[in-house]
Amino acid sequence: MTAALDVALTRRIGAFDLDVAFTMESGISVLFGPSGAGKSLTLALIAGLIRPDAGTVLINGRVVTDCARHIHVSTQDRRVGMVFQDGVLLPHRSALDNVALAVRQGDGRRARRAIARSWLERVGAAEFVDRRPGSLSGGQRQRVALARGLAGEPALVLLDEPLSALDAKVRGELRMLIREVIVSAGVPAVLVTHDAEEAEETGDLIIAYDDGRVTGRRVVERPTPPTGGDPPPETGASA
Amino acid sequence: MTALVPHSWLNGLGIPPWVWNPLSVSLRAAFEATVVVAVVGIALGYLLAKGRFPGRGAIESFFSLPMALPPTVVGYYLLTRLGGPGPIRNAEVSLFGHPLTFTFTGIVIAQIVESFPYCVRFSRAAISGVDPRFEQAARAMGLPQWRIALLVTLPLARRGIVAGVAMAFGRALGDFGATMIVSGSVPMATTMSIALYNAVAYGPHHQAMVLALVQLGVALAILFGVSRLGKVRPW
Amino acid sequence: MKRKIGLAWSLGTKQKIVVIVAAVGAGFGLGFGIAHLLGGTIAYWGVVSGPFLLTLRVALPATVIAGVTGIASGYALAKGRFPGRNLLETIGSLPIILPPTVIGYYLLETLSPGTQVGGFLTRVVGHDLVYNVTGCIICSTVAAYPFCLRAARASIEGVDPRVEQAARAMGLPNWRVALSVTLPLARRGIAAGLTIGCARALGEYGATLMVGGDINGKTRTLSLAILDSFTTPERNAMLLILVLMAITAMVGVGLLGRART
Repeated sequence: MTAALDVALTRRIGAFDLDVAFTMESGISVLFGPSGAGKSLTLALIAGLIRPDAGTVLINGRVVTDCARHIHVSTQDRRVGMVFQDGVLLPHRSALDNVALAVRQGDGRRARRAIARSWLERVGAAEFVDRRPGSLSGGQRQRVALARGLAGEPALVLLDEPLSALDAKVRGELRMLIREVIVSAGVPAVLVTHDAEEAEETGDLIIAYDDGRVTGRRVVERPTPPTGGDPPPETGASA
Repeated sequence: MTALVPHSWLNGLGIPPWVWNPLSVSLRAAFEATVVVAVVGIALGYLLAKGRFPGRGAIESFFSLPMALPPTVVGYYLLTRLGGPGPIRNAEVSLFGHPLTFTFTGIVIAQIVESFPYCVRFSRAAISGVDPRFEQAARAMGLPQWRIALLVTLPLARRGIVAGVAMAFGRALGDFGATMIVSGSVPMATTMSIALYNAVAYGPHHQAMVLALVQLGVALAILFGVSRLGKVRPW
Repeated sequence: MKRKIGLAWSLGTKQKIVVIVAAVGAGFGLGFGIAHLLGGTIAYWGVVSGPFLLTLRVALPATVIAGVTGIASGYALAKGRFPGRNLLETIGSLPIILPPTVIGYYLLETLSPGTQVGGFLTRVVGHDLVYNVTGCIICSTVAAYPFCLRAARASIEGVDPRVEQAARAMGLPNWRVALSVTLPLARRGIAAGLTIGCARALGEYGATLMVGGDINGKTRTLSLAILDSFTTPERNAMLLILVLMAITAMVGVGLLGRART
């Protein structure tokens, strides 16, 4: 099976030096570590927003970055979804419009808006589809941002500290939502966080970062997903 | 340059022709000048804000020259380029049939030159000030660069851009030196500022008073509007 | 470009002032030289020197006055907490887009000895304020003021308040904090405002024409003289001098004014 993501990158910015390599098969990988460790920089390199000094990035087996062969696919063509820390939604458009912009399939505006609407329903944002981001709470905005990141049916979703700006209670609710929606959509994802609980609850694979290096990787034990009712007893199987 | 509105309306409103004639000349010229300045200025501002070529600062300084150069220098330069022998004059004659000095179009050109820097600088500052993450998100969504500019960058920068266009319009309305030199206060193409000068020099005093007051009111209104659009300071 | 600016900034403040003065002097000197070459005879210099020196006599004091008042009022607007700050700045910014003839008209109304206000001011000051050099200086000051004001306010507001707080904690009185801490930290933006203000003062035309009266030898600055000598060769010399002066100012803006305001 092709790995969802295969990364080997080096990049220097000023005094900071990033040198990382990892592979992820599927599911949600968490880049976990303190601030300034290079996690967000890695996401930017995967998305193609910044070029590495050397290295490769493969998404679903497709080479999108290969410095040695001078290959650099533009961000537009990489089909990655992005979810930022404070949403970064267009303030002058409604939630529905924001998500509809990301939808690529569907002929015609109507069809795209319908698809956007269904994504918003999946993230629990159905009630405020026509409101502007300015009138939404932080948690509501992040739901919309999540819908937007997924609506384009990307090959990979990148989430950069999506919950860090929210308060604890909201964070708890949304953690579950993120995992649920992404897993049911079947999209591989890379999530950056410095919150240990968040890493444990959302990730299948935790990649530890420190000072520009990968310092460890750990698979998260998960019970097989519940089909409804009580979760099954622990089977001890690894993810 | 005839009035834009029938004289019967004016008499009804109580606006005398010695106000309305120069006012309509000024408004029409400033409007035409601002349309040109807005289109080219915003585009140039975008390029300067987003471009990665060397010499951006020099280009912006070059286009800002009219802001610092004395209006007589600008006016004289335009007069010789537009009216004196040379390729530009030849082009004018073939396009318009006659050189553009001492005409309404000449006024528009003088105003374009003088007001252009305001639009470019305000636009560049506003577009540079947009959070780059908006564009990053849009690129991730697969939008091509031109759609990103139209749907994301420019709308997010609209306050500063509108302020720049408003300042350019105000500057065009208020131009005197360059306009005077290029057009020479031909009676058919007299702007408000030139009419005021004539009124102070020759005309009845009350006319000067009214003309000055109208222009003061307009300038105040524009500056007020610009200040309400928020803090965009390109200098 | 970045590296060149870096080089310019790596010089100390005193050296920078020397460089600027030298550049301005070179600009003027170059103007002289080229004017001489163009004119070719002392006669032209005779015609040009009058307006040139007059322009210096007008623009330099005007820039100084506009600079001092601009910085002072910019400081007050930046630090003050009274209502109507933005309104005051709007009014102070009027000369940027107000037609020069309107400025000239209102100056005449307030300064001419014939009017009430003007009569009073003339008595207080002791001599006429119109149709002489003083009137020209006033016009150029008004033209330069808004740029000094806006640049000063913006750059003073941009100074990190914590540095000022630290200075106050050290026991320095407010006026010393302003002079030794705030203004030096804001000097980039202030200098940019000064240079563009100077350029505007040099080139002022419409108001000077009305208030000064374009009197040959007395109030005919370079801008006005250029038009009067329109069909004679020395206008080239005058134009060149004026352009060089203004370009020196613009280079100053380019070097110094890339401060983020």
